[in-house]
Amino acid sequence: MTSFQSNRLADGGLVDRSAPLNFSFDGKSFSGFKGDTLASALVANGVKLVGRSFKYHRPRGILTAGSEEPNALVELRSGARREPNTKATTAELYEGLDAASQNRWPSLDFDVMSVNQLFAPIFVAGFYYKTFMWPAKFWEAIYEPAIRRAAGLGRAAGIADPDHYDKAWAHCDVLIAGSGPTGLAAALAAGRSGARVILCEEDFVLGGRLLADGGMIDGLPAAEWIARTLSELAAMPDVRIMTRTTLFGVYDGGTYGAIERVNDHLPSPPEHQVRQRLWRIVAKRCVVAAGALERPIVFAGNDTPGVMMASAMRSYIARYAAAPARRIALFTNNEDGWRTVETALGAGLQIAAVIDARAEIAPEQRSLASKSGFPVLHGTVSGIDGGKNGVRKISVSLTGGARAEVEADGLAVSGGWNPAVGLTSYHRGRPKWRDDIAAFVPDGAPPGMVAAGAANGAFGLGACLREGFAAGAAAARDAGHGNGSGSTPVADDQAFSLTPLWHVAGKGKAFVDQQHDVTASDIELAQREGFESVEHLKRYTTLGMATDQGKTSNVAGLAIMAAVTGKSIPETGTTIYRPPYVPVAIGAFAGHHRDETFHATRLTPSHHWAAEQGAIFVDTGLWKRAQWYPRAGEKDWLESVTREVKAVRSGVGFCDVSTLGKIDVHGADAGAFLDRVYINTFSNLAVGKARYGLMLREDGIVYDDGTTSRLAEDHYFLTTTTAKAGLVMQHLEFCRQVLFPELDVQLTSVSDQWAQFSIAGPKTRDLLKEIVDSSEDLSNEGFPFMGAREVALRGGVRARLFRISFSGEMAFEISVPARYGEAMARNLMIAGQPFGVTPYGTEALGVMRIEKGHVAGPELSGTTTAADLGLGKMMSTKKDFIGRVMAGREALVAADRQVVVGIKPTDKTRRLRSGAHIIPKGQTPGPDNDQGYITSVCYSPTADQWIGLALVERGRERIGEIVHAHDPLRGEDYDVEICNPVFYDPDGGRQRG
Amino acid sequence: MRITCPFCGERELGEFTYLGDAKPMRPAPGASEDEVYDYVYLRDNIAGVMDENWYHGGGCRAWLKVTRNTLTHEISAVEPAAGAGARQVAK
Ligand SMILES: [Zn+2]
Repeated sequence: MTSFQSNRLADGGLVDRSAPLNFSFDGKSFSGFKGDTLASALVANGVKLVGRSFKYHRPRGILTAGSEEPNALVELRSGARREPNTKATTAELYEGLDAASQNRWPSLDFDVMSVNQLFAPIFVAGFYYKTFMWPAKFWEAIYEPAIRRAAGLGRAAGIADPDHYDKAWAHCDVLIAGSGPTGLAAALAAGRSGARVILCEEDFVLGGRLLADGGMIDGLPAAEWIARTLSELAAMPDVRIMTRTTLFGVYDGGTYGAIERVNDHLPSPPEHQVRQRLWRIVAKRCVVAAGALERPIVFAGNDTPGVMMASAMRSYIARYAAAPARRIALFTNNEDGWRTVETALGAGLQIAAVIDARAEIAPEQRSLASKSGFPVLHGTVSGIDGGKNGVRKISVSLTGGARAEVEADGLAVSGGWNPAVGLTSYHRGRPKWRDDIAAFVPDGAPPGMVAAGAANGAFGLGACLREGFAAGAAAARDAGHGNGSGSTPVADDQAFSLTPLWHVAGKGKAFVDQQHDVTASDIELAQREGFESVEHLKRYTTLGMATDQGKTSNVAGLAIMAAVTGKSIPETGTTIYRPPYVPVAIGAFAGHHRDETFHATRLTPSHHWAAEQGAIFVDTGLWKRAQWYPRAGEKDWLESVTREVKAVRSGVGFCDVSTLGKIDVHGADAGAFLDRVYINTFSNLAVGKARYGLMLREDGIVYDDGTTSRLAEDHYFLTTTTAKAGLVMQHLEFCRQVLFPELDVQLTSVSDQWAQFSIAGPKTRDLLKEIVDSSEDLSNEGFPFMGAREVALRGGVRARLFRISFSGEMAFEISVPARYGEAMARNLMIAGQPFGVTPYGTEALGVMRIEKGHVAGPELSGTTTAADLGLGKMMSTKKDFIGRVMAGREALVAADRQVVVGIKPTDKTRRLRSGAHIIPKGQTPGPDNDQGYITSVCYSPTADQWIGLALVERGRERIGEIVHAHDPLRGEDYDVEICNPVFYDPDGGRQRG
Repeated sequence: MRITCPFCGERELGEFTYLGDAKPMRPAPGASEDEVYDYVYLRDNIAGVMDENWYHGGGCRAWLKVTRNTLTHEISAVEPAAGAGARQVAK
């Protein structure tokens, strides 16, 4: 059963009465209409209490009708879609909407934690700092959990978000923030000039304040003018209007961030649609027509449910046909607040009184009061008699000192208007103070951005239209377009007189920041304790640091600080404005970059074949590489890897090594170029030969290694490690373009063009003969160790064949065009069947390189020199190369450097683990006697024990020494013997055979 | 931030990689250790306009000399590196 909409007005409003929607709030059923927000639907149902406050658990109601709302925050939806701190004032109503209030236990009506109010003296500004200082360990165990239970906002879902989020780019000449009169006029002017226009409106209906305040434009009622304007804009192909889209930030080079709530107005996104979309909009010019926010006046009890911003009250009455109260009082210090009186009277509601802080009011207002029969009281509101069920009585301090009481069930408050200076201030622009409107207006906006209309301090309707139209036209001109046709829309300007009033002194809590429960006395306390600077004030009291970023509280806060310090408001200044303007879900920033699509995945050419074989894959950078190929009956990875190693060492195996970076180096100076980037010489490499090369960084540390082959006089084929493929390309391009532009050399990345396989083992040649055309001579004489040349395969495919060995076995690497990669793997399996061919993965590859003492990633760690790796002799002394001079610096050639050695446990049954520290035998482990660490380990099937490589101080002088391996991470201590790093076939006979 | 690549046009920051100050020139072969040390390690920390090396790795792979104000991120000039191919294109 849904309840009757007790406070819905009989007619009017922009809600669709033919489309009722059922929803629930705190488990209770209600109904509203299409076009309602959750807040307006609650208002229509007479619900006043919507939440409990952050610190004191005070009952709170709805304060505003927009994204500046501090109080009406709910947990929207349930289960995995539960979203905390959602503003009821912007959440669109949909059928079945399910919302719950926050910060109450066990219920909103009866909240145990509201006893916090009794202990209020300890919750004053800085209480966290003062109260929970000591001991430090109490923080995690006791204080923080307790504070989080007592305070804090809504609860996160705690389950993965089931929805998708998108990211997109858009480009335009003129970007407009806001669709009020200013924004629409700007869009008309820019659109008519032919400029590409994007207009973002955070609301789901276009029109801004016109929707509630109406008025006459070009002789038409506002609603008709909006309709006419939108149809003109809709006919312009280059004007794009985005509703439910908030411009939240501005970045360098005219790039803007916007969040589009694509499907937040539905229970869940339709299939294949996203929940929200993050836009990056590149705009030549931007017109900020974001309007202004009405500001509260701070007085005792100003947080009582039923106290509402005057403009919000107009919105609920006029736009949503929902009455926040039946008998309304107005507390204002300006002309504009009186509009609420007119709107309320027009809707048949009663006005209890107007409390006007100004000394004088206009004769029309006085006559309206006498005609309608309500008193005008000159003075201020000093207190509220009311509670969780709303306002009952309002205490008034009359000018002159007398007191009065007003019976009313709602109080509309207007303290004037603050232009929305967020966007214009995000590049450290400091807004400037204007005395005539007692407000900050934009100053120092980022290049290309201009504020217009109410966002620029122009509060009259006519002025908004003029400023918006002029700003739109100027932005289009600046973006290279001419003047459009048509003239400025015309409307009257309303008078705006204001007597600044920020705070009414009195008994009881007077709230400045309702979301963070910061009171006027907190600000006074902060000042007494020396936190006078606005940045200190903000952090000490947490003023403006809640999810609403102090949209309704910051200016009042600094005005109160100005008053207690005796400074002016501009002297006191504002805090720095930072994006985002509204909270943006992390999911929107992540977009599709989550789970398996967190980053791109690169598959090797033989990936699908390897998957068919049941390979286990490992992520290496973006790549998925076959790690090992388990066979039925094998109990663990070690058994599989050991079998693969033994098969290679005794027969033949192959491994996809396509992930290596591959670069074709062409040009007359290709050899000279390589001489400058490698420590060894390549210009003297014979055509048809390969050579291992080592690159340094300019600071003398090893950068990368790999084999480079000379395929023609002016053509080298260079390989890099998998990890550094992209970086080495970038580095070589830097060398070519910036350091050595005089060289005739070109670089082409061919990593993705070639599928490359290592084929290794004593039967390699037997297998290759089945693959390679019979005319090719693969004998030791015809294709010696370190030979490299193009060959024809059976069937005619051209391949590049390299006789190089990482495993230490007789081996070749063969490159075929990538599209043949999978076929190559299948053919190797078929042709290799007679020889027991065995595919092997990266684990077996690693085992064999450790057995052979080859260095790899763990040794090329960004701290090692060529000499540390045992490759010092490769450094040419006859030429200049990158890193040559720095590699000779004192510390890089010191005798006590940690160098690569082999290690094996003295207990042959012990497993080694990399990362263990090397400590001299008999010494207590510690930083003073730490002499290095184990870099790579494996179980060596050949040696039938665990072996490893390590970086050890003076290691090469200490072959045979027993040292201590200390592994505090795993709690292991054992002895190891330092040995030659080449465990397998030290004289290299096998790879040459 | 957006950079106008002389080859590809205006592109967004994510396509580029920053290296640093473009002023230091790699010393000629035979330079002293001190000269090379200066080149490798010593950099001005400019608050204002400076020339920087940027790499258009997400586009044409050109190295660019970008003149940027480090205080405002305003880019006042973009030139291809000497060996980036601009001269060949111009011919
Ligand atoms: Zn480019």
